[in-house]
Amino acid sequence: MSTISIENLRYTWPGSDDPVLDIAEFRVAQAETVFLRGASGSGKSTLLGLLAGTLTAQSGSLQILGTELATLSPRKRDRFRADHIGIVFQQFNLIPFLTVAGNLRLVARFSGRPRRDITEKSEHLLESLNLDPALLHRRADRLSVGQQQRVAIARALINEPELLLADEPTSALDTDARDSFMSLLLSIRDISNCTMLFASHDRSLAKYFDTEVELANLNKAQARQVSHV
Amino acid sequence: MFEVAFSSLWSRRGSVLLTLASLTISMAIVIGVEHVRAQAESSFVRTVSGVDLLVGARTSQINLLLYSVFRIGNATNNISWQSYEDISARPEVSWSIPFSLGDSHRGFRVLGTNSQYFEHFHYGDSEALRFAEGEAFSDVLHAVLGSEVANALGYELGQEIVLSHGIGNTSFVNHENLPFIVSGILAPTGTPVDRTIHVSLQGIEAIHLGWQNGVQVAALSPEREDPRLSELQPTQITALLLGLDTPMAVFGLQRAINNYPREPLTAILPAVALGELWQIIGTLESLLSVISILVLTASLLGLSTMLLSSLRERRRELALYRAIGARPFFILWIIELEALSLTVMAAVMGYLVVTAGFAVTQSWLSENFALVIDVWPSTAGIWLYMGGAIAASVLLTLIPAGIAYSRSLGHALQSS
Repeated sequence: MSTISIENLRYTWPGSDDPVLDIAEFRVAQAETVFLRGASGSGKSTLLGLLAGTLTAQSGSLQILGTELATLSPRKRDRFRADHIGIVFQQFNLIPFLTVAGNLRLVARFSGRPRRDITEKSEHLLESLNLDPALLHRRADRLSVGQQQRVAIARALINEPELLLADEPTSALDTDARDSFMSLLLSIRDISNCTMLFASHDRSLAKYFDTEVELANLNKAQARQVSHV
Repeated sequence: MFEVAFSSLWSRRGSVLLTLASLTISMAIVIGVEHVRAQAESSFVRTVSGVDLLVGARTSQINLLLYSVFRIGNATNNISWQSYEDISARPEVSWSIPFSLGDSHRGFRVLGTNSQYFEHFHYGDSEALRFAEGEAFSDVLHAVLGSEVANALGYELGQEIVLSHGIGNTSFVNHENLPFIVSGILAPTGTPVDRTIHVSLQGIEAIHLGWQNGVQVAALSPEREDPRLSELQPTQITALLLGLDTPMAVFGLQRAINNYPREPLTAILPAVALGELWQIIGTLESLLSVISILVLTASLLGLSTMLLSSLRERRRELALYRAIGARPFFILWIIELEALSLTVMAAVMGYLVVTAGFAVTQSWLSENFALVIDVWPSTAGIWLYMGGAIAASVLLTLIPAGIAYSRSLGHALQSS
């Protein structure tokens, strides 16, 4: 069973006539790591929104772990996201006024997982991400950007999601921090066998992944728009 | 949940604390005004207690109440001694207190009455009059002072005072040759009793001895050992307070007195008349209540405005909750919870401010304004206002919370 399975998916923003996203077929196998290359405005955020279930497409099929997201009630979609999908953004991954521990506990709140589980796992997870467990009690906005991004990975993984979505997680980091972030991100394959979809415009990162996909080739809507010009 | 709401508020503490201060002040105003209003009403309505009927010459019930109980204005007419004895002798009457008014001493009214007054005249929740010092009058020339009289004029037990005929600060003629002796001073009651000088009915007659046609005739003025003093017999009184054996008899007796054949009299139920009078002067209090509610409304709108303008800086924070699995309802609830906790905090702090304020000023208020105020406000009205304010804040916060909710419904997965 594929972790991600898309067929004839079409998404049009409300109030617009042209679809922003039109994908005939796209599959990601379980435990596969995919590099999704796309410039900003290529429909990347829209695709990630659809995958996470914050958006629903007007037509076509999108299955995550065999579940058709569009058929879930909004409430169940939110719960599905909390339970099965981890997300790392470019920046602003953490609630700034909460401690690191408080940020991790939020995951427990939304997924309905016992808080104790999360607390027990927190220290261990921070250590495996080369973070001092003492940081747990520091406010998120007191951490360096590199530390914040690593805590973001911890937050995304603490619920043991089957799918990890990363949206330009390295573009706010300098080169050194970026390289250590990437090696960390890939080292998590040792502790978790989750599927990973890494979206970025930076082609130099593609070498870290099993598969490289060019969104422009995938998205017919984008191609059509180009042909208009 | 609470952790998120409180940390979020704390992270915006500048505007939050100002909003909290404004809410606290308006809560304190609402609670304070309502408390004083309720206390004023209850102490007003409880000016007389345990008196079943108040009798005077034919007049309106408010006028009778004003001149007899509050000692404001003058009686239009008097009750003859004969009527007083007739009514007091009726079988349903348990006790009767005669009031004879019309004289004053340095701005304080002089009340002629009998010893029944100290036994049966009650105020508040059936509280009897207590003596701070001394005892009731036992001689024609004894006087019992209300607490405010003693305080304001600096009178002490055993002091000789001169009572004058007529009402006013300075009478034309004082009866210098017939001083009264202070036999007792009453404890404060928060009622007009505090501003009254009590003497016996014979004492009132004694003040008037030696007066003919409104002029004092020196030759007729009494001396302390004057034998006439012991033979004084009042001929009329101003008002009459009645206590009955069975409350059921009140209406029958009231009708009988109103139809009294020998002279036109009016009998009223003090509680009813007090309520009617309060309706008239309570308008001012209603106005104060309205103003305090408007102040509170303005503060609640300020709270809503503060939350609304915070949405812009919180856009990414709120989007992040959704990205990690929060339902849109969580967004609505977190903003409501912030408003709720601020309003509850403001209500508690406002209450404490009022309590502290009255704890500090309680004795000053009672000494200077005869206003006896409980330190802890606890009337239903106050809980109603606090609950109403909290409910109103929840409703008004639906504006920013609803906007945040609808914004969070469909958005691409991005936090930047």
